[in-house]
Amino acid sequence: MPINYYIFVAIALFCIGVIGVLTRRNAIIIFMCVELMLNAANLLLVAFSKMHHATGAAQNANAGIEGQLFVFFIMVVAAAEVSVGLAIIVMLYRNTHSVDVNFLNRLKH
Amino acid sequence: MTLGSALMVVFSKNPVHSVIFLIIAFFAISGHYILLNAQFLAVVNIIVYAGAIMVLFLFVIMLMNLNANLELKKSRLLRFAGFLAGLCLFLILVAALKDAGTKSQIAETNTGSIGLIKNLGTALFTDYVVPFEISSVLFLSAMVGAVVIGKKE
Repeated sequence: MPINYYIFVAIALFCIGVIGVLTRRNAIIIFMCVELMLNAANLLLVAFSKMHHATGAAQNANAGIEGQLFVFFIMVVAAAEVSVGLAIIVMLYRNTHSVDVNFLNRLKH
Repeated sequence: MTLGSALMVVFSKNPVHSVIFLIIAFFAISGHYILLNAQFLAVVNIIVYAGAIMVLFLFVIMLMNLNANLELKKSRLLRFAGFLAGLCLFLILVAALKDAGTKSQIAETNTGSIGLIKNLGTALFTDYVVPFEISSVLFLSAMVGAVVIGKKE
């Protein structure tokens, strides 16, 4: 499969995430769109890792394995980020009884 | 299918439906990983994203008891501007990468063994053991942070 297809799929996924972040006001949906953008980056990393493996496998049998390890670490960081972010959203809901991000435009009180 | 369900995440009114479509999108991305013969990442993607993270999202949404039409709309102009900005980003990225030097490169599918658990595990516990341990510390701090933030005053 040519690498271009994966590039375009990842770009489209990332841009859908961007559109979601820019157009929605629900904090949870904005958060999910951020996850979507992270996954677009993951998909592209795996595709490039396989591309590197295809070209460099003659010299090094493990060529391209770093890309997949990076994806693993990105997933780890995303899991930690989601737990903290959802805790923040829960606290926001407790304070304002809404998950509308427009109530966050002033960070005081 | 990935793109369709991702679009539905953005445009569905009910947050619960958004979560369901996001799960479908993650499964489709896992399918891409399997096609690329990255089986470990496919399994981890399903377990971590579709399992843990989506359960967290659903739990929070049900905890808050959000209704479908509770969400106020952004003004029409702002939504249109956001949509236009995303579309412009898409067009610019496609135009920039259309003629990139990677055109003739092939991402090999269904072959190669670097995505198997054995090879990934060997690399993870020999060359990358320090970042692995640091990520465990990160998890611990994230857990403590979530508990502290979520605690009632």
